[in-house]
Amino acid sequence: MSFRTSAAETAVNPLIPHTAELIVGTIAFALLFLVLRSKVVPMFEKAFAARTEAIQGGMEKAEKAQHAAEVALEQYTAQLSEARGEAQQIREEARVQGAAIIEDLRSKAQEEAARITTAATASIEAERQQAITSLRNEVGSLATELASKIVGEALDDQVRQSRIVDRFLDDMEKSK
Amino acid sequence: MRKFAFSESGEGFVPPSTADFNLPPVFADNEFTTKPILLVIFSVVLISVFFIIASRKALVVPNKLQFAGESVYAFVRNGIGQEIIGHEFMRFVPFLFTLFTFILTNNVFGIVPLLQFPAMSHVSFPYVLAIFTFIVFHWVGIKKQGLGKYLKGIAFMPGVPKFVYILLTPIEIATFFIVRPLTLSLRLFANMFAGHLLLLVFILGGEHMLQGGIGLKLIAPFAFAFGIGMTFFEFMVQCLQAYIFTLLTALFIAGALADEH
Repeated sequence: MSFRTSAAETAVNPLIPHTAELIVGTIAFALLFLVLRSKVVPMFEKAFAARTEAIQGGMEKAEKAQHAAEVALEQYTAQLSEARGEAQQIREEARVQGAAIIEDLRSKAQEEAARITTAATASIEAERQQAITSLRNEVGSLATELASKIVGEALDDQVRQSRIVDRFLDDMEKSK
Repeated sequence: MRKFAFSESGEGFVPPSTADFNLPPVFADNEFTTKPILLVIFSVVLISVFFIIASRKALVVPNKLQFAGESVYAFVRNGIGQEIIGHEFMRFVPFLFTLFTFILTNNVFGIVPLLQFPAMSHVSFPYVLAIFTFIVFHWVGIKKQGLGKYLKGIAFMPGVPKFVYILLTPIEIATFFIVRPLTLSLRLFANMFAGHLLLLVFILGGEHMLQGGIGLKLIAPFAFAFGIGMTFFEFMVQCLQAYIFTLLTALFIAGALADEH
């Protein structure tokens, strides 16, 4: 069969459309358009939108994380300086307290020392007085006795006796 | 088959002609079963299946198939739609996408082994596509600006001295209603027609030379080699024509959307 030569015999103008081809072409194109519009384009758009969202979401997430980190850092820095300040304050307080305690103890010790000194002085004075008194009595009677014996004069009279003793002692003190 | 053509007539080489494009129906005399019609139907099935499978999962990180489909889609969507039409482009992306894939697939069928026939070399299909484009861009313009304002904008281009309208109005009307759809369809048709004819000349010519004397037999491989080279060239033309048709459609739509022409 040689369709080519047979076809060549019937000269066909290539610009004249065929009815069958027009019909099939229209239906085929319309069908393809409907399929692509309903099935393909929305899916590709969905993928594009999801991709854009994923990228934007990731960026937002990173930004958020960075912000949170900055806030945490600020918080830590603030806490650290606060703690430093607190430590400084505590140290200062301790120093003041220590000084106060030392001062307190010192004054207490001084007081105690003064008290002890006073008590000792008082007791010494008392003993001295006592010694003086007893000594005066004894020395008086001894001297009287001795003098009476020497001068032969009885010095019974109590008043007289003590006046003599006093005078004697006064003389002794003066002669010192 | 070619062999019979000249051996029967005995008149030597008969160059391929327009008659070579009129293939008989595959099944009996049903004119809906010619090669170009079956190829167009096959292309619709092929494109639909490919893009449905490619886009079905709509993954954020695409697999190879989705990436391939997405690349074509993004090329039309961003490279043609967004670039030319502007902020309203999304409404027209399905139409532009269909145009591009439909034309590209049917064009490339021209060099796919066994198929080897560009359906767009039958002028009916470019006519159909140009009519769709014609309807879409006029409909867009009428809907956007109103029928009266739209027609007035076409017939009486603003900012032109009145006496120029004597010349300009017929030209503008002819441009918008006759020249645009006609050039759009004929450009595609003629490119595919001529390209296919060129391949026929080299390959059938080479085949004919193989039947001839020893000298012709030696030259025949060069004809085939040139035919193969032209096949690559044809591939470029086929892609380019699909791009141009879609691009011009987008330009027409953008023009109809703009208030001032």
